Amino acid sequence: MKVDRRSFLGLGLGAVAGVAVSPIGIKLTDDSSIWTQNWPWTPVPVDGEVTYESSVCSLCPGSCGISVRKIDDRPVKIEGIADYPVNDGGVCLHGIAGLQYLYDPARVKTPLKKNGDKFEEISWDDAIALVAGKLADLRKTGSPEKFACIADKEQGSVSGLFKRLLKTFGSPNFYTMPSLESYLKVTAAALHGEGKTIAFDLENSDFILSFGAGIIEGWGSPVNCFKANASRKERHAKLYQIEPRLSNTAANADKWIPIKPGTQADLALGLCAVILKNNLFNSTATANFKGGFNKLAAMLQKDYAPSKIADITGVKVSDIEKIATLFAKAKMPIAVFGHGRGDGAQSLKELAAVHTLNCLVGNINKKGGAFVLPKSDYLKFPKESMDSIADAGFAKTKAGRYVNQLIEKVNSSSQPAVEVLFVYNANPCYSLHDPKSVKQAVGKIPFVVSFSSFLDETAKEADIILPSHTFLERLEDVPSGSGLAKSVVGLTKPVIEPVFNTKNPGDTVILIATALEGSIAQSFEWENYDECLENVTSGIWDSLSEDGYVVISDGPGKSAAVNISFLADNPATIQAQGDYELTLIPIDNMRLINAGTAASPFAIKTVSDKVLNGSDIVIEMNPLTAKGLKDKGFATLTTPMGKTRVMVNLNEGMMPGVIGMVEGLGHTFDNKYVSNKGVNVNALIGPVIESGSGLDAAFGIKAKISKA
Amino acid sequence: MSETENKTENGSMESAGECTAGDIKDDKGLGLGVIFFIVAFVVCFLSGTLLFPKLLYSKKEQPFNFDHALHVSEAGDCDSCHSLREDGSFSGIPKLATCLDCHSEDVLGETEDEAVFVEEYVLKEKEIPWYVYSRQPDCVFFSHAAHTEANGMDCVTCHGHIGESTSLKPYEENRITGYSRDIWGKNIFGIKKHSWDRMKMDDCAACHKKETGHKGYCFQCHK
Repeated sequence: MKVDRRSFLGLGLGAVAGVAVSPIGIKLTDDSSIWTQNWPWTPVPVDGEVTYESSVCSLCPGSCGISVRKIDDRPVKIEGIADYPVNDGGVCLHGIAGLQYLYDPARVKTPLKKNGDKFEEISWDDAIALVAGKLADLRKTGSPEKFACIADKEQGSVSGLFKRLLKTFGSPNFYTMPSLESYLKVTAAALHGEGKTIAFDLENSDFILSFGAGIIEGWGSPVNCFKANASRKERHAKLYQIEPRLSNTAANADKWIPIKPGTQADLALGLCAVILKNNLFNSTATANFKGGFNKLAAMLQKDYAPSKIADITGVKVSDIEKIATLFAKAKMPIAVFGHGRGDGAQSLKELAAVHTLNCLVGNINKKGGAFVLPKSDYLKFPKESMDSIADAGFAKTKAGRYVNQLIEKVNSSSQPAVEVLFVYNANPCYSLHDPKSVKQAVGKIPFVVSFSSFLDETAKEADIILPSHTFLERLEDVPSGSGLAKSVVGLTKPVIEPVFNTKNPGDTVILIATALEGSIAQSFEWENYDECLENVTSGIWDSLSEDGYVVISDGPGKSAAVNISFLADNPATIQAQGDYELTLIPIDNMRLINAGTAASPFAIKTVSDKVLNGSDIVIEMNPLTAKGLKDKGFATLTTPMGKTRVMVNLNEGMMPGVIGMVEGLGHTFDNKYVSNKGVNVNALIGPVIESGSGLDAAFGIKAKISKA
Repeated sequence: MSETENKTENGSMESAGECTAGDIKDDKGLGLGVIFFIVAFVVCFLSGTLLFPKLLYSKKEQPFNFDHALHVSEAGDCDSCHSLREDGSFSGIPKLATCLDCHSEDVLGETEDEAVFVEEYVLKEKEIPWYVYSRQPDCVFFSHAAHTEANGMDCVTCHGHIGESTSLKPYEENRITGYSRDIWGKNIFGIKKHSWDRMKMDDCAACHKKETGHKGYCFQCHK
């Protein structure tokens, strides 16, 4: 027998047949199909028990009730809580993406201390000892007032602890970032007296006259406003939107009244003039006006006649008269202020002028009108223990009335005006106008402590970072505000164990105070923040902890006095800085966030390419103003503060002569999903301080644009 | 006929003559070829049947042994530990917390496994990384409640008599899919004697066909 090629053929065929008859073929086919349907490199969420935990979102002042869906210990989804008094089941896109903040690439994972230009890790004990040591040294110099703090808001127990630390240390220098809430307080203080705030009953009003308030673009308590707007048609309520741009709110309104930027105050006073002239005001209400009603009336007739206002604002005389009449004759009219989200620069003249419309038609503290409410006082901190240094320091004058004045003071002083600065839940090096000068001021302060959860623009300038839990990892009381007609205190609860080595900022403050010893430590005799919160909210704690929220009040306040002396003195209208022909104004987009925490990667992904094209910011301008610039073409935008390359979106929804640029882009911190996209419009606008109020009232800035 | 054609014709004849002679020789070659065929067939078939499963599956030992029979006698039926949650979803392999309903930091039994359980998991508050014999691919949805609660099936129908076992068999993991051998079944041909021998889609469909008259629709399980 000879082994030849046929033998090999037999061998091969035998092998093939053997394999074919064996289960190899069918088994490998089955396995490979399972493999291809379950790629091993595709992450698969781990299965587990589904639970829901209720909490409150504190990403914005909206304070919506949220239900966090969890699989075992892992939160996987955020939904709105039905029947929650603020949002009734609704939730915005920032809220649903809240989980992304837990794992944000820019999170500060452990306390950091700056060494040269770099941060190095430090233990919590060392970090607290270092901060307390610096503060103790400052106190020894006898200038405790040189300890300042910038926080996002004044309300709530955590801000309360920061304020308490400053007070017991001996410093009055507690500042908050500009916000709608702060403007409501400033307006209430000017017209109704200190210690009050204003709320707007949008849900019941039948005529909303909005001076640029982005009712469906993040103004006030956003989800509550969405719902109030959604019910407008059923209630036959009207919305008139006054702003230079056909925003989503304007497009959704019954009427859009385009107005030249920065002239809203003049229009509001012009409307007041028509109401007074035609006797459309509520004489019962005006009988109680203090501060020179006749003087105001005469001034309005002289300087704010419709013909004059038409020239200034670009609104037709007939429209001015018609709007004034409709507003005054409506059953439950309401005038609301706050451009876009309402946390941008504002002049007190505009705030007061708009609110005076409410006062004139007598809708104060009436259903569907403006509520003047007392400052929320659910927090009962025990009396501080003050030593002589604290008493002397706290009695000194603040370095500035508002945060922008503090920055100016620091920059203009040859000696450090502030020695130690705490920054909590705020990003002034991004959010304030002219962030370059803010960075310069922060750089001049010898010791800056950031409590940020993220290594944002301000945290990067800090000397030490004491990272805070995100809102999903901590306990905190969250009072509603921002014009919400109800006063609700919600409880944010930890729904997950801290992902990183962070702390509740309340605990951090207590630890610092305890390390400072003496009367300061005596004022913070709580084991931890949880105990402190229970203690200071003792009046409502049972309901708060059980139900997750407490409704403090849900109706109008009692009668409120009106003092119109500020307007009767006819304060000057703010002019935009610069001599260029065009005016650049910031635009608020619901999908982006300007103040506080930056928008999440998810939210950034949802931004239209007419706002952000790749990494290019897109500005809006009317084709009439374009002068040779093409749609989707590139241009150089120049303002007195600097210039930048932009893409052009020719849009007839923008008034001629005005350029709109979105707020909330151009971040520069280490998050590739959010940063280095577009430019920060705040960097192109400089602050313009309103004399009298001290507010930064730069509604925009003069600009020019040319082909790039 | 040209010379060339003649040559070709002759050549062809010669070839034909050789071919005939060759056929006689080929008979022997064919015989050897058949032997080679049979040998190769048998070797490959046996390899595919006996060796292939050994290569396809890797054996893994469970973290420690678990005596189902003992636990059933002490704690009760399957659902004492493998319970349905309030929302109807199945809790699967119990978490450490469930074990601690009965166990504590004190060693209950005398076995080494009990000591491992307490020292490695209870004291360290670590979940036990059990290998799950019946875990289906992630593209499959299965509701225990619909089968056991709504239709009264017992656990044995699919899971067999694991509740009577005193030790855990090694977990055989499919190197390609990462899932347990128990899904395809121990028999590499996929032949089953009992309803619990396999947990493939065809087994589900056969049971559904028998019980409901219809195999069911794709989206019922592949959501």
